[in-house]
Amino acid sequence: MNLTERRDWMGLLARAAPARLAELLRDLPAHDFARRPEIGTVMVRARAGGTGAAFNLGEMTVTRCTLRLPSGTVGHAYVQGRDKAHATRAAVVDALMQDDPDTTRATILTPLAQEAEARTATRCAKAAATKVEFFTLVRGDN
Amino acid sequence: MYVAVKGGERAIDNAHAWLAEERRGDPAIPDLTVPQIREQMTLAVNRVMAEGSLHDPDLAALAIKQARGDLIEAIFLIRAYRTTLPRFGASAPVDTGAMTVSRRISATFKDAPGGQILGPTFDYTHRLLDFALMAEGEVPAAPQAEANAQDTPHILSFLDQDGLIERALPDDTPPRDLTREPLELPADRALRLQSLTRGDEGFVLGLAYSTQRGYGRNHAFVGELRIGTVEVELNIPELGFSVEIGEIELTECETVNQFTGSKTEPPQFTRGYGLTFGQCERKAISMALVDRALRWQELGEDFVGAPAQDEEFVLSHCDNIQATGFLEHIKLPHYVDFQAELELIRRLRTAAMEG
Repeated sequence: MNLTERRDWMGLLARAAPARLAELLRDLPAHDFARRPEIGTVMVRARAGGTGAAFNLGEMTVTRCTLRLPSGTVGHAYVQGRDKAHATRAAVVDALMQDDPDTTRATILTPLAQEAEARTATRCAKAAATKVEFFTLVRGDN
Repeated sequence: MYVAVKGGERAIDNAHAWLAEERRGDPAIPDLTVPQIREQMTLAVNRVMAEGSLHDPDLAALAIKQARGDLIEAIFLIRAYRTTLPRFGASAPVDTGAMTVSRRISATFKDAPGGQILGPTFDYTHRLLDFALMAEGEVPAAPQAEANAQDTPHILSFLDQDGLIERALPDDTPPRDLTREPLELPADRALRLQSLTRGDEGFVLGLAYSTQRGYGRNHAFVGELRIGTVEVELNIPELGFSVEIGEIELTECETVNQFTGSKTEPPQFTRGYGLTFGQCERKAISMALVDRALRWQELGEDFVGAPAQDEEFVLSHCDNIQATGFLEHIKLPHYVDFQAELELIRRLRTAAMEG
């Protein structure tokens, strides 16, 4: 993940564990809220048969927030769950990525991305260990 | 008929205080924390999220604690909480084909590309109580193996390529929403799927079982059952593009069912579909069977009078919060109604004895 597209880093921040993000961004820079952190839901849709007509599966909790740094840069966040501090930090990082992408990427996003990849890799490795290797015991002649 | 009466306040307050004490249980035993429930009673949490129709593991765990483990009561709490939240929008339909799978099995194809992945399953356990769990101890780490970055396409897509199964073509018409408008019949498939995925697991299981036993039989094979995580994307109007707002675990079941065909179409397999929040395998399979049974009209089959084919019956009764609300209300005071009945029967008896 090269994290150059805004949608990539916003997605990574949305999935981040709030406590981990707080570790990586201990001190929040000054900011003004354009929209204070607000808890709500998003209706998750799916498709019948996996690929067919859309239907409503159920809602998930989401927290959103919009803020402005002293530089005037606006940061947005939509994050899974009900953690307002998480949404605030995600919006701050979104704004910082526009002002100072290199430092922000190196200190916050890259560690988050690497940890997320490692978690997925571990889960896939455990799944792979439960993959069935069929072998034929007896096969008839015809 | 309901008449307002007073006088129960003190009794109710004291009952609630006792409930709180009973919920806590023996104070000599450590208090159960919400994170413990979330991490160790995961399948209960998943069921509460699926039937509460709100994906939030922390809230589901809290509801289970508050409800003393009564899952329907917990679902009730989640449904009530959900109504207090504003809705920011609807996601793009999730792509279950791109799921990061932790389990993926097929009962129809042994050698499906991507393989059969058992995942953390109870299948093949001996269902013997494990007394070792009564003692505290470390759990050894699960073995790992090299994962190749092979895609795990939907298994039914192979039948689809050969034209052997009915197609499931995309349709982005905004689906009707049970939580926004009252259920109106006839329902379309989208509304039925929404209703079934939040329906009571026991009720949907019972109906699915009835189809297997012959009440609207539809010869289901589990073409594929998969559990894993998918990304959820939401279009953000203020940004003008869509972003991933999170990752959720889902269970999906696709069934391959008996044929349909006509003068213009050669015989084809048909599909049933089940999808739930979390790991709810029994529910997803049940949902797929009932979904298929409810499609009799669309597929030109006979209505044999089976409960699982009857849309009105299924959709009106599968919601356990509606059901328990109506059922449990009969334990609340009905003194005046009953008084009327009592007088009526006295009059009838007097008339009968005099006559």
